[in-house]
This record gives sequence, C-alpha cells and structure tokens, in this order.
Amino acid sequence: MAPATQLERCVTGIEGLDNILSGGIPLGNMVLIAGSVGTGKTTLCLEFLVRGAERGERSLFLSVTEASDKLIQNLSTFEFFRPELVTNGSLVFVDLPVLYERLGLEHEELSEDEIGILIRTIRDLVRQLGVKRLVLDSLTSVGYRIRRDERIRDFMLRLGLELSDAGCTSLLVSEIGPTQGRYSLHGVEEAIVDGVVLLWNARRQGDILRVLQIIKMRGTSHSQAQYVIELTPIGLLLAPHLKGGQMEGQ
Amino acid sequence: MPPVDIGERLRALPGGSAVTLKLDPQEYADHYFAVLNATLRDVGTETDAHTIYVTVTNPASFVWGLAQALDVAPDRISFVDAISHIMMDYRNPLPNATYIESPRALEAIILRVEYLLRKNPHPRAIVVIDSVNSLAIHNPPELLTEFFHILLNMLKSRQVLTVVLDVGEEQTSPVEMMLNLIVDETIDVAREGS
Repeated sequence: MAPATQLERCVTGIEGLDNILSGGIPLGNMVLIAGSVGTGKTTLCLEFLVRGAERGERSLFLSVTEASDKLIQNLSTFEFFRPELVTNGSLVFVDLPVLYERLGLEHEELSEDEIGILIRTIRDLVRQLGVKRLVLDSLTSVGYRIRRDERIRDFMLRLGLELSDAGCTSLLVSEIGPTQGRYSLHGVEEAIVDGVVLLWNARRQGDILRVLQIIKMRGTSHSQAQYVIELTPIGLLLAPHLKGGQMEGQ
Repeated sequence: MPPVDIGERLRALPGGSAVTLKLDPQEYADHYFAVLNATLRDVGTETDAHTIYVTVTNPASFVWGLAQALDVAPDRISFVDAISHIMMDYRNPLPNATYIESPRALEAIILRVEYLLRKNPHPRAIVVIDSVNSLAIHNPPELLTEFFHILLNMLKSRQVLTVVLDVGEEQTSPVEMMLNLIVDETIDVAREGS
C-alpha cells in the first residue's frame, strides 16, 4: 500500500506536543484550545507563538481578555523568550477591544456586517504582516458578542478559510467550565475547527494535576492518551497521565 | 560498612542501566551512607556526572547536608524533593532543589526529572530514587508500577544511570517484584560479597 501523503506541519516547538501530534499541527489548521481557568491555555498559546517567532514565523496574539503589556510581562518567565522578538515585530500583540473601537464595532451584539468587518480586518492583518501563527484569546469572549449559533458558525468557517489560505496556523482559546459537557460557548465551534486540545484539572486524592488530551486533529494521526503537563521556565512539559490500571468513563 | 564495593559495581554498568540497591533496614544508617558515598561521590563526582536526587524519604536539606560531607559540589547535584511540603518543612528551600507538593504527584516527579535533565545538559547523568518504600506508603502498587515502568524506560532511552533505593524486607512487595523485572541489576548491599 502506498504511504499516505504527509501534510506540511506547523512544528509547535513544544517538544512533547509535537511528539503526540506526529510532528506538529497540520499547516493552516484552526485548533480550539479548550479548558477551564488555570489549566494553562494562555501559557501554551504564548509558547506556541514565541517558538514560532524564534523559527522566523511571524506570530500574532489577538487578546480580548488581557492587556498586551501584561502578557508581554508574563513572557519574561520563559527562559527562551527574547524581548527583541517583540521589538523587531516577529511577535505582535493586538488588543481586540482597541480594534473594536477603531472599527466602530460598538454594539454589544455584532451584526452580520460587523462580523464581516472583523473577519476582513483580521485577514488583512495576517496578510499584510505575513503572519504564520495566530492566537485568539479568547474565542469565548468574541462568542459573547456573536450570540447566534449560525453566526458563530459562519464567523469560524470564514475566518478558518482566510487563515488557512494564508498558510496561517491558529489556536483559538475556549473557556469552559470544569463540568461542561462541551468544548466551547455555543457548542458548535468544535465541529468546525480542525482540532480540539482539551486541558483540565484532574484530582488524585486531593492533589490537582493539569491534564492535556488531543480530542481531534484533522490531517494527522495523534495520540489519544491523557498527559499531565507542567508549565516550566523552559516551556511546557508532558508526561503520561498514570492510571494504575484503572479505566474511567468520560 | 557493607562488604560490597557499590561504587565499583555502579561504575561498571553501561549507560542507561537501571539498578536497585537493596538496603537492610537493620543497618540502615551504615548502608545509607555507603550508598550516598557510592552514588554521589564514586559515580557522581569521580565520573564527572550530574546527579538528580529524587527524595521521598528525607528532605533535600538533610541529604544535601550529607552530600556536603562527601564534598559534592552544589552545581553537580539537583534535588527533586517530594517530602518537605507534606512535612511542612519548606521554610528554607535549597537553590538546587525543586519541590513537589505531594509524593502522590508521580507525574510531577517524572516531569521535574525531565526538567532538570534539560536544564543541566551533561554527557553523564545519574538519577537516584530514594526510595521505592517511601513512594509505596503514598501510592497504590498499580500506580507505582506504572510510574517506575515509564520513568525507568524514559531514563534508559536517555542513557541515564538510574539507582532505586529499596529498604527491603525479606518479603517482596508487588512493586519490588515489578522492579526486579525492569531493572538490569539488583545489588543487595548487605548480602553481596559477604
């Protein structure tokens, strides 16, 4: 049998993650990073961008929830982060609320036209800057302003197409409750994205472990196992989540 | 002192080996010091290796005190301390130690060892696990078996010498039986050479 064609990869630079993704995220994929508070979503995304910028891939962070200055400050905890990446424009931070204001997107609920303006603005940023990695933190916050399921579906389909056409691999942060039975605010987002990476806090006899699992990733074989993660100064590290022979229901 | 030259035995092992050192609980103090001497000085210092000492039995500060008596340089040893937190003895953390909140967080032990191996890239490294018995107090055998299987294989693939301390009784526990299967050698500190 002829070997299946290998898709080009976006090597995340997070060694453990690349290993369980068989080499990285397929180039141009749009991936949901879903998890509750304090599970490491933003840190994972920041490392993805810094590693990309280090490799010469321009990286863009679209922030809704935290101010760019604070995020850049947080980057200094990474030993591998060099401030020049920000000053030389390899790593770009944009505050989405500022963008909303400049675009005049002032309504609490975005209309179809306004959603179109937002998509075109992001597309133009990506094309003009030659962005190869993008993070939207968070999709949930954007989702609060796109209240109808059909509109969020349309927003994601169009954004995904634009980013993929530009060869840009993207991570969209999704904030979910610890017991939520879905991976996103509306519940339709996970069906549209190419990949879902789930992060949560597991408990073992009162101790909390941060756990990561790839739920889906189009275009590549990937591990389906659970991994305990640690956010260290040298980056995110993964180890198999020990089960001790026990199986658990999902 | 035990009759077997543990240091010589350890130095003779090829890279990536895993070995259990069985200590007699009746002669623990003598055996323990002999083991530290062998691992930290004979193997660590004399072969120019970096030692990662995972301690679940005594706080890192205690082991570091003994290591200093053996003239071990602070930049040649790192500790993963999984006991100080639960002993509420965390006031003066060592600069060359990383602390884990609970000995039940076995994955955290694997990750800290991985972290220290990357932080201290060295052609030769030794990891000491002190001890299987202390870990067994806090963890069920199935979990511990899985832990050792993963950790020892990870270290083997990186050519790291792993030494597991076992303060053994005659009767072997399920974890010890599993360890016998995955380590390359068991050195009975009390019995060998006598």
